Amino acid sequence: MSMIAIKNVSKWYGDFQVLTDCTTDVKKGEVVVVCGPSGSGKSTLIKTVNALEPFQKGEIFVDGVSVGDPKTDLPKLRARIGMVFQNFELFPHLSITENLTIAQQRVLGRSQDEAMQKGMHYLDRVGLKAQAGKFPGQLSGGQQQRVAIARALAMDPIAMLFDEPTSALDPEMVNEVLDVMVELAHEGMTMMCVTHEMGFARKVADRVIFMDRGAIVEDCEKEEFFGDIDARSERARHFLSKILQH
Amino acid sequence: MNYNWDWNIFFKSTGIGSEIYLDWFISGLGWTIAVALVAWIAALAIGSVLGVMRTLPGKVLPAIATAYVELFRNVPLLVQLFMWYFVVPDYLPEATQIWFKQELNPATSAYISVVVCLALFTAARVCEQVRTGIQALPRGQSAAALAVGFSIGQTYRYVLLPQAFRVIIPPLTSEFLNIFKNSSVASLIGLMELLAQTKQTAEFSANIFEAFTLATVIYFVLNMSLMTLMNLIEKKVRIPGMMGGAK
Repeated sequence: MSMIAIKNVSKWYGDFQVLTDCTTDVKKGEVVVVCGPSGSGKSTLIKTVNALEPFQKGEIFVDGVSVGDPKTDLPKLRARIGMVFQNFELFPHLSITENLTIAQQRVLGRSQDEAMQKGMHYLDRVGLKAQAGKFPGQLSGGQQQRVAIARALAMDPIAMLFDEPTSALDPEMVNEVLDVMVELAHEGMTMMCVTHEMGFARKVADRVIFMDRGAIVEDCEKEEFFGDIDARSERARHFLSKILQH
Repeated sequence: MNYNWDWNIFFKSTGIGSEIYLDWFISGLGWTIAVALVAWIAALAIGSVLGVMRTLPGKVLPAIATAYVELFRNVPLLVQLFMWYFVVPDYLPEATQIWFKQELNPATSAYISVVVCLALFTAARVCEQVRTGIQALPRGQSAAALAVGFSIGQTYRYVLLPQAFRVIIPPLTSEFLNIFKNSSVASLIGLMELLAQTKQTAEFSANIFEAFTLATVIYFVLNMSLMTLMNLIEKKVRIPGMMGGAK
């Protein structure tokens, strides 16, 4: 059953088309990696899934709920989808604990105790229980991103969206974040990840999508994508040759 | 210059009842504070709503807030005061007009006019600061707030405004001090606040230099105290690990 279904989605900024007829889906428990050169529309595509970016044509369904339907209760839908951003976007004026609990309490209506318990559980899972009393500005980038993942998980999401979660990190912090993501993938979380980390894609992805100029150029099984590079489109080969060189 | 300074003047009788001149200054200071504080609270509330409106998606609400700002900050404060005191009351419904012009104590009607004037004038300036504060935040903050399921209202309440207000404490402080200084325009419509009492003292006692020196000192000490208070608040709400806050 598909958890995220994207059907013929197109989007324009004025006259400029940023997404062209994108169609794909992510099944329950599937891990899909979206890659492509910068400006290819991959971040825009992932943001249309929880309606952070509106789109003008096509349809997107998340667990059967239409994202583009004006009648859809967007806050309610978004609360069920976890999202992790390139720049972490923890709330800097709130402590780590408050970052983990505020949406559970204000959006899901959980009690403080319940929210706290859940938050601490996930903070422990990302290995940062000792930092609970601190503020985001007092943590390293890698730690902040792990907290951001814990914050999303504490909402018990049906799927997780990752928008270049390691692109803003110092190299030595990339792995601590990827480790958390790998673990999450092994546990069966439905994940859609925009990333250039091909090692991560090789390890846990079920499918790889390659985008260029707003369109989905490749959408295939991981084995197929990495197994036979020569069978890929020219643009994908060009891209891969650049990022797989080292 | 041949002038006999007489600092004892403030303790001398005004000739009206048993009042000494210092009593006039104290009463004037009381009015100044009453005008400025009430107007400030209203300006902060109205300005915040307008500032938020200017950052909302869509066209109508931002346009209304922009029009407000342009109107109120491009007309001199004194002109606005005279409008509120001399012109606007004439356009009130008959009964309200009689109440405002005849039944109310003249000091009260002047007080209402100047509070409304300062509140609306300052709200335009607060609006711009709130707007800038919100727009200075990383764009990802509102995206992250929406992504966890917050409504637009919750996004402002829990994420954007708490950060924006911290950013704009310094310019807001300056606006807060301005409203105390601007409250002196009330003397022109007969409200006996600090400046009016100073002028009256100068005229009654002929000790003009002493009177204005004392007024200067009072305004200065008042504003320095407010500034110190705002600095304390700024330190108190500073976020650890950010904007120079303690690690």
